[in-house]
Amino acid sequence: MIWFIENFGLITGLTANHVALSIVPIVLGFAIAVPLGWIANRRPALRSVVISGGSLLYTIPSLPLFVILPYVLGTKITDDRNIVVALTLYAIAMMVRTAADALAAVPADAIEAATAMGYSTWTRFWLVEFPLAGPVLLAGLRVVSASTITLVSVGAIIGSANLGYLFTNGKQRDFLEEIIVGIVASLVIALVFDVVLVILGGVVMPWTRRDGWIRRRSVLPVGQVG
Amino acid sequence: MQFFLDAFRWLLDPANYVPGAQNPFPIQDRIGEHLLYTVVSVVIAASIALPLGFYIGHTGRGRQLVIGFTGGMRALPTLGLLMALFVIVGATVPFTRAAFVASIIALVILAIPSILAGAYAGVESVDSQTVDAGRASGMTELQVLTQIEIPLSLPLIIGGVRASVLQVIATAVIASYISLGGLGSIISSGIGLNDNNRILGGAILVTVLALVVDGIFALAQRLTRRRGSSGSRAQKTHVRGRSLRPVTVAETPADERNN
Repeated sequence: MIWFIENFGLITGLTANHVALSIVPIVLGFAIAVPLGWIANRRPALRSVVISGGSLLYTIPSLPLFVILPYVLGTKITDDRNIVVALTLYAIAMMVRTAADALAAVPADAIEAATAMGYSTWTRFWLVEFPLAGPVLLAGLRVVSASTITLVSVGAIIGSANLGYLFTNGKQRDFLEEIIVGIVASLVIALVFDVVLVILGGVVMPWTRRDGWIRRRSVLPVGQVG
Repeated sequence: MQFFLDAFRWLLDPANYVPGAQNPFPIQDRIGEHLLYTVVSVVIAASIALPLGFYIGHTGRGRQLVIGFTGGMRALPTLGLLMALFVIVGATVPFTRAAFVASIIALVILAIPSILAGAYAGVESVDSQTVDAGRASGMTELQVLTQIEIPLSLPLIIGGVRASVLQVIATAVIASYISLGGLGSIISSGIGLNDNNRILGGAILVTVLALVVDGIFALAQRLTRRRGSSGSRAQKTHVRGRSLRPVTVAETPADERNN
């Protein structure tokens, strides 16, 4: 505990950086994957390209991707941008399938009704398809959030200053407390993100609050939505 | 692009495959090690998670426990788990073996959730009418499990193992940080020496290995899929619907990437 108190400043700094490195990929991944999933549903040929491309990308292990990206982007290997780009790619790969499935599961009747009422494609997406797919999208986003936060720490191996530093440094010093503090801090971030997402989901989709829809949905493994 | 061409040339250089060369060479030995770690961890994990998953899927007991466990594991940072185990194991096991023992324990822990989720979700997804038909024709519970539920849910079960194998291949790369062998040691020696060919070549090797193994599992899933089984539910279409939207059914309980 003494170490924890004495190094509180270091831990806070690393935690702040960890949060920053996690938020960008989660938000970007969601913002890119949802339109991509929507387009994929419109064109069956594109759908198989997007889905299999996503799962192929998802197969690449993280450390190799972290070290390949500098050569593609022309960045330094220790640059945090590599981590952000890699995690955004993973977030898209994870989310695009969920997004495509969630949007495809929107009842055709609802879409027909909206079309009959004269909605344009754009309004129909925002007022009908997106809200109806919302709970499943949220479940997918929660998985992306948890996974992104754990992956950020791998970046410490290539010199990123996040909570993963406590793992590598603790290993070098043979000091378990430091590693445990890092694990707990990482778990706390994941928990806070999850709670924030659920609360946001309840605010944006008030109709899901009543019957605990989101909670029930979330128990499904990510591939099983829809 | 030049970096990639150089790395491919490096990968094709026979000098990197000469037996008895200095670590991290020869490359084929590192590939062998990587596969060995993967097989050992996944076999241990499967021998724990499959029976447990079958039991839970069959009886429906302990569902909440599994859901909580797999959900919680999702948030556990792999690098932290690996390092913590290394420090703990290093205190009791001689240094030369600490990396191997700690890594295998970590890999087993990380492999369990996907296999468990696949086995449990697979068995549970079997149509209850099919199960009742088995019971009505005089099958014992064990027969129902082994002759109906497991065969019908094989694609989902294999899907769980597939996710865990990928997870283990990826984590074993990171374990090179605690001086475990395998393909990660090529990358980490490259980072240490600032050798682009080793970094990129090693990364390409791991990626190809992961893709090949994933492809083999995808094939196995396809081959075990039967009509009417959980993995092959036909796509329903709204005939009435103007746009013929398929109602998709996911085929694997794909776990999230954790490493």
